[in-house]
Amino acid sequence: MSFWSLLQYALFLLVVAILVKPVGGYLARVFNGEKTFLDPALRPVERLIYKLARVDPEQEMDWKRYAISLVCSGLAGTLLLYGILRLQYLLPWSFPSYHTTPLTPDLAMNTAVSFSTTTTWQAYGGESTMSYFSQMVGLAAQNFLAGASGLAVGVAFIRGLARDETKELGNFWVDLVRASLWVLLPISMVGSLFLISQGVPMNFSRYVEAATLEGGRQVIAQGPVAGLELIKNLGTNGGGFFNANGAHPYANPTPLTNFLGMLAIVVLPAALTNTFGRMIKRPRQGWLLFWVMAFLFTTGLLFTGWAEQSGNPLMARQPNVAIETSGEQSGGNMEGKEVRFGIGQSVLTAVTTSNTSTGSYNSMHDSYTPLGGMIPLANMLLGEIVFGGLGGGIYSIIMIALVGLFLAGIMIGRSPEYLGKLIGTSEIKLITLYTLAGPVVLMSLTAVAVVTKLGLAGLTVNRGPHGFTEIFYAYASSFTNNGQNFASLNANAPFYNVTTAIAMMVGRFGLAIPALGLAGLFAVQRRRPATLGTLPTDTVSFGVLLVGTAIIVGGLSYFAALALGPIVEHFLVIA
Amino acid sequence: MNILKQIYPAIAMTVVLTVLLGIVYPLAVTGLALVMFPAKAGGSLIEKNGKVIGSSLIGQPFAGPGYFHSRPSAAGTGYDGTASGGTNLGPTSQKLMDNVKTAAESLREENPGSAIPIDMVTASASGLDPHITPAAAEFQVPRIAKERGMKAEEVRKLVREYTEGRQFGFLGEPRVNVLELNLALDGARPMARTESR
Repeated sequence: MSFWSLLQYALFLLVVAILVKPVGGYLARVFNGEKTFLDPALRPVERLIYKLARVDPEQEMDWKRYAISLVCSGLAGTLLLYGILRLQYLLPWSFPSYHTTPLTPDLAMNTAVSFSTTTTWQAYGGESTMSYFSQMVGLAAQNFLAGASGLAVGVAFIRGLARDETKELGNFWVDLVRASLWVLLPISMVGSLFLISQGVPMNFSRYVEAATLEGGRQVIAQGPVAGLELIKNLGTNGGGFFNANGAHPYANPTPLTNFLGMLAIVVLPAALTNTFGRMIKRPRQGWLLFWVMAFLFTTGLLFTGWAEQSGNPLMARQPNVAIETSGEQSGGNMEGKEVRFGIGQSVLTAVTTSNTSTGSYNSMHDSYTPLGGMIPLANMLLGEIVFGGLGGGIYSIIMIALVGLFLAGIMIGRSPEYLGKLIGTSEIKLITLYTLAGPVVLMSLTAVAVVTKLGLAGLTVNRGPHGFTEIFYAYASSFTNNGQNFASLNANAPFYNVTTAIAMMVGRFGLAIPALGLAGLFAVQRRRPATLGTLPTDTVSFGVLLVGTAIIVGGLSYFAALALGPIVEHFLVIA
Repeated sequence: MNILKQIYPAIAMTVVLTVLLGIVYPLAVTGLALVMFPAKAGGSLIEKNGKVIGSSLIGQPFAGPGYFHSRPSAAGTGYDGTASGGTNLGPTSQKLMDNVKTAAESLREENPGSAIPIDMVTASASGLDPHITPAAAEFQVPRIAKERGMKAEEVRKLVREYTEGRQFGFLGEPRVNVLELNLALDGARPMARTESR
């Protein structure tokens, strides 16, 4: 791997590590309702919103009410978005000559579910399907709302571990509003202006017709691009304005926009480990989670970087084609990658987005080398625990920690506990439900797709083990609410629109509800004092246990599937 | 009923926040952008004699031997600004290998001699990549110099002028904007209309 790639990776992790503490502190203040510097501007707006929605901000909710509010909010968002998409042709800024893909009921349903669950899986191409109205009022608004409700659930989960002998986990509507106004909106405002200063368009003009230098005609899509591009990363949603998403030079014009976009994805989920440590009043516990995440992140980064920089051996066999890196070119596997990002930033983005439920790729993962493309897939299969989705990441990694503690507890013959909370029979049932949902749902859906004509009809370009990987990738991405894809799978057909929507719903609510339930069970418990027999959960040895459990739970569940896809393909390439 | 009580706030919250985040926010950003960065908000368009000839951020196809060529493109039929995307061909795809082979053969014919940089035979992710690597520009210098009757050193000087380094010295990769370089080339040594075909 080149020096320049390594330098950028090191800097990226350094900036994240520096920001974890201040941002984590800010988040804790926001969700504890403490004073912040934005209060004078935002408090009046907040009060007005509660008044309009008839919400009593003082009234806290138990886990059931919290979960019901979450589901109702998701449902309202889904229906509103479905309506906007189906009526797009009657609404402003719709240009039928450009927006030629019809928003059929199945495509509109799939997209509505997709954006209200932060998946933002896109079975369509943005510039050929979505009007500017749909992009802003439909998609951008859902990017905020879905991201904010994810963050709310994460905070409620932390409260479950932080509180004792209470049923209350906070008020969902208050958390939703505070996440939107105090966190997502101000950062998006500043960030999107910065994107525009780098060249991201923000206009409502018709597509521009250019007479090219050689006398040809080129129509160039326009739109309020910056309005979506920042929040898509910040809310860990990932669905871009254009079909090529973060690779499109309008969406991501410079290496700096890409670097900051990746920071926008990672900083909030990473900082939540610190918020967690503060709220449970044991900061070391938070740092342990952060360093485990950083370790897994770096491992994936180095492995993918190596695979892509080594390039495709089949291409290297072409006479007189230079794939070696030099001062003049990054070299490596450049199929489906942009020159301005080279191998270094393409891989940084692939690893960041696949780890964080964010689909905003800037290179085509379908064209990665088999091993290079396996890592993004494996990152998703680990369960989005490495920083993870906004809010979702913190409870995903703690679930793995709980599994590890339970296994360790069995081995040493002690009743397992975490932070003084007992992992009893009811708790472990919810943890098991959470852990098994992934393998059951996405392996079954993949199995159905690979044996039916409807499923196989999606494979239009690639076949064999690569085709299998495409299908598996699609369900893994939907279930983990990630949204990125091996893009040659032709997913805009009723079969995939319906089955991926099922995976997205289960992946969102089927995981958030058990997580809230578990938080409710922990919150009512009295905290047990630590004794000599308690397994400490802020030590290096616990970190090792956590990494091991993540690999066993995530990796081994899916090893057979990985062997059928990328691993077989790797041997085909080097054969 | 618990659930029914949650329905009104759910609808009201969704509507109120959609107005704020889906309407007020984008309009505010658009307004500020028009004041602060009008050209960039408008798509960084390049005009020549009052006519739009493209955008500095969006790649164009070049076929004539007197122009620097862009990378292969899978956007529509090539550099279609309304249909971004890559080939999405997998690493074991025969079609991918055929594409690379065909591109390499025609490049060898036009630019005999040195090894072909990998970006010239692979399609970008967006299909609209405005850049080529400095290696790919250098690779084409002898052809351009011959076609335009310029000294290779003169062409190289232009290439250097239009080479962007790593941002702040460490971010991303060095790159050459093909459209801007070709415009500069026309400025330095215009070609007769017939020659450009």
